[in-house]
Amino acid sequence: MNTPDRGRRQAQVISALQPLLPAHALLWQHEDTVPYECDGLTAYRQVPLLVALPETSGQVAAVLKACHALKVPVVVRGAGTGLSGGALPHELGVTLSLAKFNRIVHIDAIGRTAIVQCGVRNLAISEAAAPHGLYYAPDPSSQIACTIGGNVAENSGGVHCLKYGLTLHNVLGVRGFTAAGEPVAFGSAALDAPGLDLLALVVGSEGMLAVITEVTVKLLPKPVMARCIMASFDDPRKAGNAVAGVIAAGLVPAGLEMMDKPMIAAVEAFVHAGYDLDAQAILLCESDGTPEEVDEEIDRMLRVLMDSGATHVEVSQDEAQRLRFWSGRKNAFPASGRISPDYMCMDSTIPRRRLADMLQAIAVMETKYGLRCANVFHAGDGNLHPLILYDAEDPDQLRRCELFGADILETSVRMGGTVTGEHGVGVEKLSSMCVQFSPAERERMLALKHAFDPSGLLNPGKVIPTLARCAEYGKMHVRRGLLAFSEIPRF
Amino acid sequence: MNPNLARLIDQVRTAHQAHEPLEIRGGGTKAFYGEAPVGRVLDTRVHVGIVSYQPTELVATVSCGTPLAELEAALAQNNQGLAFEPPHFAEGGTVGGMVAAGLSGPSRATAGAVRDHVLGATLLDGRGELMQFGGEVMKNVAGYDVSRVLAGSLGTLGLLVDVSLKVLPVAPSTATLRFPFSESSALAHLNKWGGQPLPLNASAWWGDTLLVRLRGARAAVQTAVATFRNTGGELVEPAQASPFWEGLRNQTDQFFENAMVATARDTPLWRLSVPQTAPPIVLPGEQLIEWHGAQRWWSTPAPAAEVRRAAEGAGGHATLFRARAKSVDVFTPLTPPVMAIHRSLKQSFDPAGVFNPGRLYPGL
Repeated sequence: MNTPDRGRRQAQVISALQPLLPAHALLWQHEDTVPYECDGLTAYRQVPLLVALPETSGQVAAVLKACHALKVPVVVRGAGTGLSGGALPHELGVTLSLAKFNRIVHIDAIGRTAIVQCGVRNLAISEAAAPHGLYYAPDPSSQIACTIGGNVAENSGGVHCLKYGLTLHNVLGVRGFTAAGEPVAFGSAALDAPGLDLLALVVGSEGMLAVITEVTVKLLPKPVMARCIMASFDDPRKAGNAVAGVIAAGLVPAGLEMMDKPMIAAVEAFVHAGYDLDAQAILLCESDGTPEEVDEEIDRMLRVLMDSGATHVEVSQDEAQRLRFWSGRKNAFPASGRISPDYMCMDSTIPRRRLADMLQAIAVMETKYGLRCANVFHAGDGNLHPLILYDAEDPDQLRRCELFGADILETSVRMGGTVTGEHGVGVEKLSSMCVQFSPAERERMLALKHAFDPSGLLNPGKVIPTLARCAEYGKMHVRRGLLAFSEIPRF
Repeated sequence: MNPNLARLIDQVRTAHQAHEPLEIRGGGTKAFYGEAPVGRVLDTRVHVGIVSYQPTELVATVSCGTPLAELEAALAQNNQGLAFEPPHFAEGGTVGGMVAAGLSGPSRATAGAVRDHVLGATLLDGRGELMQFGGEVMKNVAGYDVSRVLAGSLGTLGLLVDVSLKVLPVAPSTATLRFPFSESSALAHLNKWGGQPLPLNASAWWGDTLLVRLRGARAAVQTAVATFRNTGGELVEPAQASPFWEGLRNQTDQFFENAMVATARDTPLWRLSVPQTAPPIVLPGEQLIEWHGAQRWWSTPAPAAEVRRAAEGAGGHATLFRARAKSVDVFTPLTPPVMAIHRSLKQSFDPAGVFNPGRLYPGL
């Protein structure tokens, strides 16, 4: 949409930012800004007014001040791997790419901390810490590409967060700027900071509260070794109960993942990991630590899995085999892309004890909506990633897929869970937020944003739906909200 | 609705209309902490009970007035517990008070703090509206993480009605070792060990003695004990070690007893929170170091400005933890933009300034 108004606004913002940035750090030609039109959620696209790529903190502050003065929305962007549209540009806003903040400032091997700029990739931190026998624990599947700034924005998890926590638990402090361009810090180099724990709010705030340019993370000593059990079950319910059994036995596995039969078939065809194709469900259960510790834990885990009715168990004998066990799980998304033209990935969390109920509910939904669904779960923490398979070329399949997805989210909320475990709300789950939170709760969250960003310029319109939007959603709500359509076009 | 909770809501609504301050109070065991309480007492102990506890979910949801000891006993029956070892300063402390104070015990440096274990909360805000944030699941990024901010908020944002906490299995094995180390040697060793895959769980240094608690899988603890004995560590019998860690956790240990006596003579007790690697802090008085170097307790007659300078110089902050008269700010003053956020949050959650006014910062 290139209306004369937009053109005038663009010219105005360009002339305000040009004196603040080197010429190559400001993009506004359509062919330059179009690569920024979406993040990992490609269903939503919007070309930004312009893209600023500052190289110094001073430039970030200056750009924010200028945008603040002109009341221009600012959308911060890292690697753009987010799955909920958190970095979707604003039509009349500046996309602030922090890609150039990719320097590891300092690794304190003795203190086991790293100070890194926000654009440093998650995996790059562990790589830089490796010579000291240390690593950064949270490991989202996209860790090869996603940045620590994005991880902070989304409070990213990964397959090891049951034992090692989320981003929140592994970040000591952040530095950056308010929407008005004032320098600000949350947390500290110590284990706590005075006043309210605002760091806990900023982590997971999806770029709505402040612009973070530097992060201090904790590093952990690398476990000496890890071993993984692959256990097959002839009934998903037994696998679900085995998960509860492992926890009840006082074990906290380093990773505890589940795949159902359609997913096993999809990934086995893709990576040939040697998965049991007859199994109705497979659990991957990992222990890490010293060799003595791992032996002890693996023994206890095996006992629980066998007692829970595993039909087959195999323990990784070396690192190559362990990585092979994981290769299927880690490739669940691309494998699904091979068996279906499109898939929609859900991300709700439910209490662990409801895993088997959820699988059954999803099976019923498959019939109801006439679409297939393959499931991977972070079973240890109840986080589900059902992948609904469909063909986006077929409008009716798309419609049924959206109903299917909304049904899963609402079933999760009814089971005492949440609509998003780790991918964030972004623009994708705005309507689902109306189901999970009351008007008073949403109003308080909007006020909370206002406390950090009184002008409402940071990533406006994301995460917390307005009362009007939820009212609209309520009207379209057939049978307690199965309709997930909104004014935002999808596909 | 439970009639006791309904009464609490009524009291808050009345106070809101009258702009009348309320002092949220559970067992009153932490009345000494923070700025001086003001207002009519709102006793949370009418709202009690474990709402739900599923050991296989590793989550307990508890009403605010529930005695902390009662929750811990229920968890212990299933061989689970609160990994952050919240202190009991006296009998009768409540779960709500534990979360609102946000204080964690000896295992904090390894196991995380109270806030790391808060999964969700039901909050009664200043208008008397009930709202829920977070939930009972480990992973939840729907909206802002309001429930965790309540940990350490000293009740300034609202009344914590119910809270969901992550609980963890009790580790199968524990051992304590004693080392005759000077302060700098203790700090150096703790930081070195911290970088190794050892089941280090808690540590305390006082009077040229370092005590280290190992906790984890049996095999891991056994191996570490052997390693530590080779570097001069002496195993402490459980019968002696357990009461020591309990005393440290609840601040009934000799160091804290001395510090209490000293506060009566106008020598306050300061809590310095600094990076674990901060070099020895030099002040007059007595010091006890916890959290592998990250928490340094000082019973010192030094002026507040000197203590705060020392903490800030080390990259941390200082809290006037116990004092006969609190003539300076209890908590380290905030930068203007951060204070502005505090004011605005307070304004939106508690517009009439009902809850614990001034308890965290004067005027807040």
